[in-house]
Order: sequence, then C-alpha cells, then structure tokens
Amino acid sequence: MIQLEQVTKTYPKASRPSLDNVSVSIEKGEFVFFIGPSGSGKSTIIKLLLHEVTPNKGRVIVNSKDVTSMRSWKRPHFRRSIGCVFQDFRLLPNRTAYENVAFALEVIGKTKAVARRVVPEVLELVGLGGKEHRYPHELSGGEQQRVAVARAFVNRPLILLADEPTGNLDPDTSIEIMRLLDRINRTGTTVVMVTHDSNIVNQMRRRVIEIESGRIVRDQARGVYG
Amino acid sequence: MRMKYVLSEVLVGLWRNVTMTIAMIITLAVSLFMLGASGLLYQKVGDMKDLYYENVEVSIFLDAEVTPEQRDGLDAKLKSDPLVKEVFYVNKEEAYKRFQEMYQDAPDLVNAVKADQLPESFRLKLVNPEQYKNIYDQYRDTEGVDEIVDQSRLLDKVFGVLTGIQNFALAIAVVMAVAALLLVANTIQVAAYSKRREVAVMKLVGASNWFIQAPFVLEAVVAGLIGSIFGLAALAALKVAAAGGSLAALEGLITPISWADIILTFPLMAAVGGLVSAVTAWVTLRFYLRV
Repeated sequence: MIQLEQVTKTYPKASRPSLDNVSVSIEKGEFVFFIGPSGSGKSTIIKLLLHEVTPNKGRVIVNSKDVTSMRSWKRPHFRRSIGCVFQDFRLLPNRTAYENVAFALEVIGKTKAVARRVVPEVLELVGLGGKEHRYPHELSGGEQQRVAVARAFVNRPLILLADEPTGNLDPDTSIEIMRLLDRINRTGTTVVMVTHDSNIVNQMRRRVIEIESGRIVRDQARGVYG
Repeated sequence: MRMKYVLSEVLVGLWRNVTMTIAMIITLAVSLFMLGASGLLYQKVGDMKDLYYENVEVSIFLDAEVTPEQRDGLDAKLKSDPLVKEVFYVNKEEAYKRFQEMYQDAPDLVNAVKADQLPESFRLKLVNPEQYKNIYDQYRDTEGVDEIVDQSRLLDKVFGVLTGIQNFALAIAVVMAVAALLLVANTIQVAAYSKRREVAVMKLVGASNWFIQAPFVLEAVVAGLIGSIFGLAALAALKVAAAGGSLAALEGLITPISWADIILTFPLMAAVGGLVSAVTAWVTLRFYLRV
C-alpha cells in the first residue's frame, strides 16, 4: 500500500536531511504510528505521502503509484484516495459541520444529492448525529476533530493520514478520537498517524516506527512509546 | 451545480473587495478606451491615405509674366516626361473658379482677390507620387516656373499629426494597461488570501486545479469585460461630443467615424480586456497558490 524506498529528503537551506535513507513498507489495512521528537522528520513523511514535497533520493509509492515521478497535474486526482486529519482541524469557520463535509465532496465534482445521502451517514459514524448544523465554534475540540475525520473519510479513501490528530485535545477526548480512527481502520482503511502522545501509543498496541534525526531507529509490530 | 458554485464565487469575489474592483474596472476601461481610440485612428488614417494619395497632385505654378512660348514648351516637355501620368493646364479663370469653390464659406476673402491675381498652373499626376523630388529638381529652374507645390507633402504633415495622436493614445493605453495589470494581480492576491482556508481544503481533498482557479480567473475576466463595456461607452461619448462639439470642424478633413466602426472595435477591446485579465490572474495564482 505504502512504500518508501531509501528516501532522503533535504529541505533547501537545511543543514542536515529531514529523512536520511529511510525505507518503510506498510501493508493494506495496517495501523501505523510514526513517533519521535519534534523535528525528527515525522511530518515530512506525511508530506511525502501527500505529494506535497518530493524526495531528493529514493522512491515513494502510494496505492501502487510512484509519487516521486508523478506530474503535478495528476496530484489532485491522486489525493482523492487519501484522507487527511491535522492537529489544527482545518475546518472552514463559516460553514456548519454538514457543510464542511459536503464541501469536500462538492469540490471534487460530487452532486448535492450525493452529499445529502452520504454526509449524514458519515457524521453519524463519527458520533456527531444531531450536531450537523452547528458551526465549528459551537463545537468542542473533540467534536471539531470528529468533523475533520468525517471530512477525511467521507470519500472512503484507501489511506487515512493523521498528523498529530490529538495534539490539541485532552487525554479523554484523545482516546475517543483514537477509538474513531480504530473503527475506520477496521473498515479496511490503512491509517498512518504521526504523534508524540505516548499514552495513546501505549494503549493502542499497534505498529510503531520511531524516527530520530531522520533515521528509523525502531520498527516494532505491537509497540509502545518506549 | 459546479457552474453555479463558480459563478456565485465570482460575484461574491467581486463584491467582497468592491473598491478595488471599481479601481480595476476604471483603469481597464481607460486603457481599453485608449486602445480602441488608437485602433480607430489607425484604421481611419489607412482609409484616408488611400483616399487622399490617389487624388494627390503636383502643381507647377507659372510666373505672372510667363510667355506663351515658355508655357507651350513646358507643356510639351511635361507631356513627354515618363514620370508624369497626366497633365492638365489650369488658366487664370479656372484657377479663380477653383478658388471661389474652395473658399465659398469666406466671401470676404473671395471678394478681395481678383481673377487675374491667381497664377496659371500645370497640375500633374505622377506615375509614382514618391518621385516628386525628381520632378522638382527637373523643373525648378525652367523659365517661367514660379513655384512647385507637392500636395503629398502637406498630407504627410497631416498624417504625421494623426499618427502622433494615435501613438500617444497607444502609449497611454499601454501605461494604463500596466496599472490595470498590477491592480488585477493585487485583487486576485487579496481574493486568494481571503479564501485561503477554502483553497487549502480544496487542495487537500483533491479538487482539480481548474476548479480552484476558475472563480479567480473568471473574476478577473468579468472585470475586464465590464471595463471594455465602459471603454466602448467612452468611445461612443467621444463620437457624440465630436459630432456636436468643437471637433466638428475636422469633419471635412477626417473621414467620419461611423457607429459601425465603433461597434466593431468592441470585440477587440473585449478580447484584449478579458484575455489580459485572465492571463494576469492565472499567472498570479501560479505564484500565489502554487496550484
């Protein structure tokens, strides 16, 4: 599903590479944590998988497509197979929960009729039934992140990328979000999550890949934060 | 649905920053007006050149004391000159008649001039009007010749002035176009900034590039088209003012500009306005949104 082959990424003006000769293979349906201190290169992996940056060396393969050589005009279509959740939710403040999710569908060409059918379903799935018409500022942090997860998942992507999704949430809310991601994982969606929340990693007991200074220092099947 | 979405985004975009939109439209309108005026002048000058140069004459005016022998000699020489296409002789009476016709609006002037005060002349049409200089050199010192006048010289001066005006209009059009371009670029940047969250989400979920860019580009195109409509209105106003006002005196000299001419400049103005705005917006987005 996802393969990094000897990937090196050095940002312009950076003194050392963010990722240094990293090779990882992730199978379909896996749930993987990338952990490590700030600046270790974890977020660069998300950016590589989204084709937001290209590696200096090596190959990145996502959904059996070589992202490294992908032309930029193909990127939009490629991204429709990937869902994405961030620490700061990235919701549109002037749109309701329903509209935020529907927006993601409509801008990739789905009709309003499709949205009317699919959006309530996915909002129900993330546990926001009855709160469809609230605006983000009327929702708690956890609820806002649920909207973001709904938006990422509404298109039934093959992969869900989560960049510190619990970074802005209290421990109890974080666990609820993790349950949600776990449920999504059980539908067959590959979940890749970048975090430094040790509690969550220890509770989930999933594959843990630890990165330090751009290198993989640990890759453990049912790991803990360490 | 998508078309409706794009169109409503365009209107919202133009309204959101309405002062900027107005500035953009005014500059575009002035620039396109100047471009249209310059285009019309170019076309008119071309028409007039065809019309005038075809009828242009070289006049050889004779001395008051010219003898019949000198006159007949010159006549024969001109008739056999390969540079000359046509020659005809204008005697004093005929010259006076022409003079009366030409200045019929100024009876005082006509009354002040007696018939025998006007010189006799030969009027020539040249095979090639450019060869005036040869004729001039050849006949300048001939006995009985007073003066040689080439009308095309006069026309050159008139056309020089008209071409100057045309270039001036074109220069203003270009300068205003640069200002309009910068305003369009700025407006699009502001629009893109105010929609940065939407754009970020659209990029994230994989909206196609054209879908992200279309509202911005169309916003610029709509401004360009509105600008060209105002430019057309300004040209029409200029024609009305010219017909009734101070420029009416030039009517005889400049072939009149018809409504059809003005309407026909509109496609040019609209195309330039729309296209330039669209390209500017698109290039701005390339840099600003990197989509």
